[in-house]
Amino acid sequence: MIVAERKPLAEILKMVQDCKRILVLACKGCVTVCSAGGEREAEILASLVRLGLQKEGKEAEVNTASLVRQCDKEYIDSLDQYKGQYDAILSTACGVGVNFIANLRPAEHVYPALNTTFFGGSAEQGVWKEMCAGCGHCVLHFTGGLCPVARCAKSLMNGPCGGSVNGRCEINAETDCVWQMIYDRMGRLERQQELTASAPIRDWSSSGHGGPRKRVREDLTV
Amino acid sequence: MSFTPDIRLFSCHYTAQQSCTEGGSILRELNFPANITMTRLACTGKIEETDLLKAFEDGADGVYVVGCPLDGCHNVKGSQRAAKRVASVRKALVEMGVEQDRVRMYHVERGLHPEFIAVAEEMDALIRSLGPSPFCRKAA
Repeated sequence: MIVAERKPLAEILKMVQDCKRILVLACKGCVTVCSAGGEREAEILASLVRLGLQKEGKEAEVNTASLVRQCDKEYIDSLDQYKGQYDAILSTACGVGVNFIANLRPAEHVYPALNTTFFGGSAEQGVWKEMCAGCGHCVLHFTGGLCPVARCAKSLMNGPCGGSVNGRCEINAETDCVWQMIYDRMGRLERQQELTASAPIRDWSSSGHGGPRKRVREDLTV
Repeated sequence: MSFTPDIRLFSCHYTAQQSCTEGGSILRELNFPANITMTRLACTGKIEETDLLKAFEDGADGVYVVGCPLDGCHNVKGSQRAAKRVASVRKALVEMGVEQDRVRMYHVERGLHPEFIAVAEEMDALIRSLGPSPFCRKAA
């Protein structure tokens, strides 16, 4: 899922300080699962925005609504029901949702309530960890299913580097060295020999360095 | 200028169960501050951050939650969950430049013990010292 977290309140309040009618728009997709921007978090944020503005002597009508996803045109279309009712939409979706609204509602103000952080999973309740960098060229079949692009601080293809100590990363001692994990796991799978082959110089053109990426499936574009 | 704070208490049913007997007369006899409005919950684990924030929106100067001891909740983790939610609201108050002590969590034994009255008096004194809620400023 896409993992995100709420922006600092001061930053959010500054965005909407001159608005009199604000719609805090939740997303029921990834940000609900990572407890950053679902209906519950939107209700909390709406209350915080009302209080924050009230503290500055300002009054605003702040309501909430939610979309199944903010990254699909069909759901964004349902915003028609709020047309003219709000000065701004404060989206608790990831950056994709904010972009979608901005693209599809050219005359409306939309602001991001979250910082979109990474692609990850829930390691335990309340803890999310980055697992994928969306680099566009997956090498997990060479590395026992563990990603060196997202989980190695240096994104090394032929790790580990010389800095890991006792299986921990030299950049952050709380982080496991993913190359140590790859080595150990490949050993358990009796595939350690495969690691003696050098990975070739990587072509990073698939990872977004050539600008925004796009995927088209002709069979679906009816 | 005298200031009588509006304080909202959210209390665990088990912690506060004796407080409602005989129409609350026991609390009055024990000098439970009259400016504290109590809402009893089946468990403080049921409380949401929005409940605490709504109390401030409704004009409270201070809000506090009284739940079971951390290791003695009838519902095992209810008071632990409540403490986490109170902590989250405290953090949000700091972000807004508001004293975090306007919202507090207390863990008190079940039944009407002196501590139930003591924390009420402590909260009352604390909010009196902090003054009126900064959220009550009239719109310009």
